[in-house]
Amino acid sequence: MAANRKQDNGNREDGSRNISRRDLLKMAGIGGAGLLLGGAGVGALFKSNQDNSASASASPTNSSYHEEIPFYGEHQAGIVTPAQDFVVFASFDVTASSIDEVRKLFKDWTAAAAVITQGGMLGEDNENLNVPPSDTGEAAGLQPSKTTLTFGVGPSFFDGRFGLADRKPAELQDLPAFNGDALRKEWVGGDIGVQACANDMQVAFRAIRNLARVARGKAALRWTQEGFQRTSGADPSGGTARNLMGFKDGTGNPDVTDAAKMNEVVWTQSSDGPQWMAGGSYMVVRRIRIRVEVWDRSTLGEQEATFGRYRTSGAPLGGEQEFDPIDLEKKDEKGKPVIPVGAHIRVAKENGVQILRRSYSYSSGLDTRTGQLDAGLLFVAFNRNVAKQFIPMQRTLAASDRLNEYIEHNGSALFACFPGVKEGGYIGDTLL
Amino acid sequence: MKAKLMFASLVLAMSVVFTGCSSDNSKETDTAAKPADTAQTSSDSSDLNAKLKDVLEQYRQFSIEQSDQLIVETEKFVAAVKGGDLEQAKALYAPTRMYYERIEPIAEALGNFDPDIDARDGDVEAADWRGFHRIEKGLWEDNKTAGTEEFADRLLSDVKSLRALMETVEVDTAMLTTGAVELLNEVSSSKVTGEEERYSHTDLYDFVANVEGAKKIYELLKPELASQDADLEKSIGEKFTALEALLAKYKSGDGYVLFTELKEDNTRELSQALDALAEPLSQMGKALGV
Repeated sequence: MAANRKQDNGNREDGSRNISRRDLLKMAGIGGAGLLLGGAGVGALFKSNQDNSASASASPTNSSYHEEIPFYGEHQAGIVTPAQDFVVFASFDVTASSIDEVRKLFKDWTAAAAVITQGGMLGEDNENLNVPPSDTGEAAGLQPSKTTLTFGVGPSFFDGRFGLADRKPAELQDLPAFNGDALRKEWVGGDIGVQACANDMQVAFRAIRNLARVARGKAALRWTQEGFQRTSGADPSGGTARNLMGFKDGTGNPDVTDAAKMNEVVWTQSSDGPQWMAGGSYMVVRRIRIRVEVWDRSTLGEQEATFGRYRTSGAPLGGEQEFDPIDLEKKDEKGKPVIPVGAHIRVAKENGVQILRRSYSYSSGLDTRTGQLDAGLLFVAFNRNVAKQFIPMQRTLAASDRLNEYIEHNGSALFACFPGVKEGGYIGDTLL
Repeated sequence: MKAKLMFASLVLAMSVVFTGCSSDNSKETDTAAKPADTAQTSSDSSDLNAKLKDVLEQYRQFSIEQSDQLIVETEKFVAAVKGGDLEQAKALYAPTRMYYERIEPIAEALGNFDPDIDARDGDVEAADWRGFHRIEKGLWEDNKTAGTEEFADRLLSDVKSLRALMETVEVDTAMLTTGAVELLNEVSSSKVTGEEERYSHTDLYDFVANVEGAKKIYELLKPELASQDADLEKSIGEKFTALEALLAKYKSGDGYVLFTELKEDNTRELSQALDALAEPLSQMGKALGV
């Protein structure tokens, strides 16, 4: 314990990021850091620390826990960052009454986020027996585990309390009601949304717990949802993750290493307006329950027809490999489309709209009313313009996707995620 | 009633934890970390206690006044119980308890009074259960005074013993700063959920009394706090005001509405206002240099 304490102190004191013990581990070239850096050496190491998170797009590896993802950058991390193993999503209601307090909250959060994402301990009072420790402590000595924190504001943030009504983006409205929506108020909306992702659940939880603590008196948790996917350790190949229906989910995602594509699909451009959103992105969060028991008693044929893919390979029906092109015209010997009408990928493909999906599975125990599993998908997606991308796409899916028989959208929120934070700046400083 | 983290037990607990988790280098860790920390803080604390001598004495007087009044009111309550006046006993129950709830951390620091006076069903062995809540059960659940008389007598003798020991209590600054937070933690863990007064549903009386007890401590420490950390002092003051304004909405006559009249939105709002206050309040010790 004494040794740990010494090490933590060392990390805390090097605000300017001198070479830490962790960096030395990295430079030994083991695991993910070694793969990422190749033979480029120490200079490249520090460069990569300052680059935007998109540069950290190596496939997940067993030792990815050692990696930290820079908090500061042109864009917020946690958007084009390859999805970590776990998420804790948190929606907050602002309880502060003045914009000065809100600004203070975002400044405090900025300082906390910069420490949390780099695996450090918050504050200075972590040894004084007579005061509550500054950091809640459950991540003491743990690796940064690729923690990212992504912040956005919801439509209600602009309701007039803070004099920001005229700065609200036109498309930042509560999502419209889609066919079949069964929203429950305990999982809807929020003034502020925070997505915490990490390759360790405890690390991710600690992030939200401490942000909520820092926020007390200025913002209160409205709802949270934890999510997971197969860990990078369980799937060293880094292949497309499967959802709880057993199918690969996310095959059709755009390539996050294609900067031009990201500008087209994900990042709000300055020409889109408002100016404070340039470099930001709209985050859609939907809590989608899967009717697990019903799905489990449907035949494999029905399941594959529902998705339009083979369960094992993930290939589109009629194809061989996961990434084979989707052929909507192909007919079987009876003249019926191989990918049936209403199949999930057919509806999505015909729709033609692209978004960046970054979903996780969730399991929240039982629905006490029925004794059935409350499990499903914490759908998270980023898009440049929600009115032109997610909303029309979801309208079509809600109207005709065969999956609807097996799922229920019971939570929903939309947040305008700010552009990245520059060092010396703070979260949301383009707006506040 | 719930386990408390008084200063002394915290030190004890810490040493248990240190011992428990350091199987490979235990001796080294224990001697290296703990004594140095405590030695440093205790010398700072004695300076601080000397500086705040008047404040500490005022708090001691406040506690004594509250426990004096607790005896007076408990005597009336006990008289109603033993006189078989059910309505009067019910009417006096919640207001009487407030004198205890304002100074609960002191009572807990003084020994085994809290379980005797304030245990709920299940907190202690059934055979040992007595105090306010035992009587509460008789008055509301059985709807009669009969059968609670002996508990009423015991209650009165317990609060008198508490008062006697009050003379001996040594109040220090750490007791105040942790006590203020503990009072709010009491609310957070049982009053805001309606578990404290499960038969009478008079939880809001306890809620208010706990907040008043914490407010008293804040007000006594306020001048020193303002000189050490004006922002913190201001923030705590504002959060007290906000919470008091919320509580005022539930006033009814001389008292408060029953917990069962609150909706989930109401308790959530109260709970969040309480957390908003308790977090800066928990920083008082740090600001004062406890």
